[in-house]
Amino acid sequence: MIQAATVETTEIPALKRLLRRSQRRQQVTAIALVAPLLVFLLLTYIGPIGALLSRGILDPEVPSVLPRTTAALATWDGRELPPEVAFAALVADMREARSAGTLAAAATRLNYDINGFRSLMFSTARRLPAEIDSARDTLIGIDPKWGERETWAAIRRASGPVGDFYLLAALDLRRDADGNIVAAPEDQAIFIDVIARTFLISGVVTALCLVLGYPVAYVLATLPARSAGLLMIFVLLPFWTSLLVRTAAWVVVLQREGIVNSLLLGIGIIEQPLEMIFNRFAVYVAMTHILLPFMILPLYSVMKGIPAVHLRAAASLGAPPFTVFRRVYLPQTLPGIGAGCLLVFIQALGYYITPALVGGAEDQMISYLIAFYASRTINWGMAAALSILLLAATLVLCAVYGRLVGFGRVRPG
Amino acid sequence: MALPPNATTGQRISRVVLYAVTALVCLFLVLPILAIVPLSFSAGSFLHYPLPGLSTRWYAEFFTSQFWLPAIWNSLVVGIAATVLASALGTLAAIGLWRTRFPGRAAAIAFIASPMVVPEVVAAVGIYFAFAPAGLTNSYTGLILAHTALATPFVVITVLATLTGFDPTLLRAAGSLGASPVTAFFRVMLPLIMPGVVSGALFAFAISFDDVIMALFLAGPGQRTLPRQMFSGINENISLTITAAATLLILTSVALMACVELLRRRAARLRGEA
Repeated sequence: MIQAATVETTEIPALKRLLRRSQRRQQVTAIALVAPLLVFLLLTYIGPIGALLSRGILDPEVPSVLPRTTAALATWDGRELPPEVAFAALVADMREARSAGTLAAAATRLNYDINGFRSLMFSTARRLPAEIDSARDTLIGIDPKWGERETWAAIRRASGPVGDFYLLAALDLRRDADGNIVAAPEDQAIFIDVIARTFLISGVVTALCLVLGYPVAYVLATLPARSAGLLMIFVLLPFWTSLLVRTAAWVVVLQREGIVNSLLLGIGIIEQPLEMIFNRFAVYVAMTHILLPFMILPLYSVMKGIPAVHLRAAASLGAPPFTVFRRVYLPQTLPGIGAGCLLVFIQALGYYITPALVGGAEDQMISYLIAFYASRTINWGMAAALSILLLAATLVLCAVYGRLVGFGRVRPG
Repeated sequence: MALPPNATTGQRISRVVLYAVTALVCLFLVLPILAIVPLSFSAGSFLHYPLPGLSTRWYAEFFTSQFWLPAIWNSLVVGIAATVLASALGTLAAIGLWRTRFPGRAAAIAFIASPMVVPEVVAAVGIYFAFAPAGLTNSYTGLILAHTALATPFVVITVLATLTGFDPTLLRAAGSLGASPVTAFFRVMLPLIMPGVVSGALFAFAISFDDVIMALFLAGPGQRTLPRQMFSGINENISLTITAAATLLILTSVALMACVELLRRRAARLRGEA
């Protein structure tokens, strides 16, 4: 923006200095203008998300509540029961935690690992006698579970301060008593199912959007400007309509006493109302409806730039219509296909509201689990680990988008 | 593109099929939204056609209900506050990004764009987790801050797009005539980029007005917004009052869409004339 035009050669060093100073001043101003927003986002958005994600790899409860026990277990080889010092340390930690009222935090964390650990901790702490000879015999006397290697291994796994417990759990994995990564028991292995379902739903919705959106984008791009503008309203109206209104609309349309069922019953095509809501069908229909504009708009902008002469040239050289499409038109629309598919897929991965309202229990996606762990069971570690997975998938796909399409393309508006 | 006069029958048929598919997809896009509008004027209480008669009872119920009225108010308060904040922060940042390259510019852009990318549930859970100890959950402040963060990228992008058509020599001209940078900004730059700023603000309002997920996590009973109430309404007992609420929301969207489109056309015309 600074132009050094007509300058005598002798003045160049001084001018260079001036130019550099002026550029620096420009930069400082620019940074000062961007800084308020960056600070704002750091405090209200990026910072909080970072803090949440860190919970997925931090494991602070057990080492802070049972410090002596975790220290004593640090040198335990895990082959047999830990030495007497570890039992004694646990007794001391439990007494202290019980009077400080902090036992619940550690007990809850250990319960995530082994079901029943919470009650084991509380009943043991309650029944500890005042005088103890052998901590080992006393604990095993209170509950034989203290004589099992797996119980102690769970405490060692939770010794923090950093751990892979939640991340492994989010992938249906766990560490056994020897520290090897193994598959989680059947009743806890629910996550891979939901992750696979999330990708499946997103993939099907993306494919549906492509199949439905491609012809519309083509017609939009080839119609004369006036009719194209009119047609564009059909795409932009849903694009601007509140997501909740569109979801509500599908509930009204698809439900048992809804518009479609009453119509079909009225005509006499069906005798029983169809089950079209609270199932996968409704999720596909509603999500496709909501995300379709995100496929049509990038496809349209790419198709708009394809010169019609290419097609005429191919046809004049004797190519049949389908060959013209397959060999000349389709390859030129690939950037639009890539952009549209990634835009739809990335958004679909994080969907929560629509499946929650029109889907059944078997149609919920990973966001639902994150919300569930954050608000119902208050298991922040699990919510964070699932967030890490979802965010990682999203960022990888965004990087692909950046490589294929570039971020220069401004979103349509 | 019209078919050539010598088009084959196959070409004519595929053209008809193409237009038919397009028409069906357009109906699929618009019909469900439009179908709930007449329902909101039903005199009965069923969610299907034919209507037993016309009435405005559901609107009367909407505008007198303790469930919906505070929600409109909350949506407006949060939406306007978030729009003002996001427009101010976003416009300044866009000008900074437009002015010159500086170290860390790419990282700054990635940061600023992050609310467009991060799945909203992840963001909402993180913000809830950070705001709860600070007493910002169940408060207008918390919800306004979260909506502002969600909306700023849209302001930055819209204003940046407008700035590409702004001639920086105008600022220097103003400076050489004795205007301070602040005066030059308010008297020269801002009036010229105003269409972009207003479009950005409309986008920001639409984002806030549309959001459910942040409201689910951050709003207490006193801050429930219109979409948040619709969410409970759909989840619990869907009644025709919801179709009245939805119709009003559709009208709002159409108004916002028309404003942005008018601004865009006006800007294009001005550029064309220049």
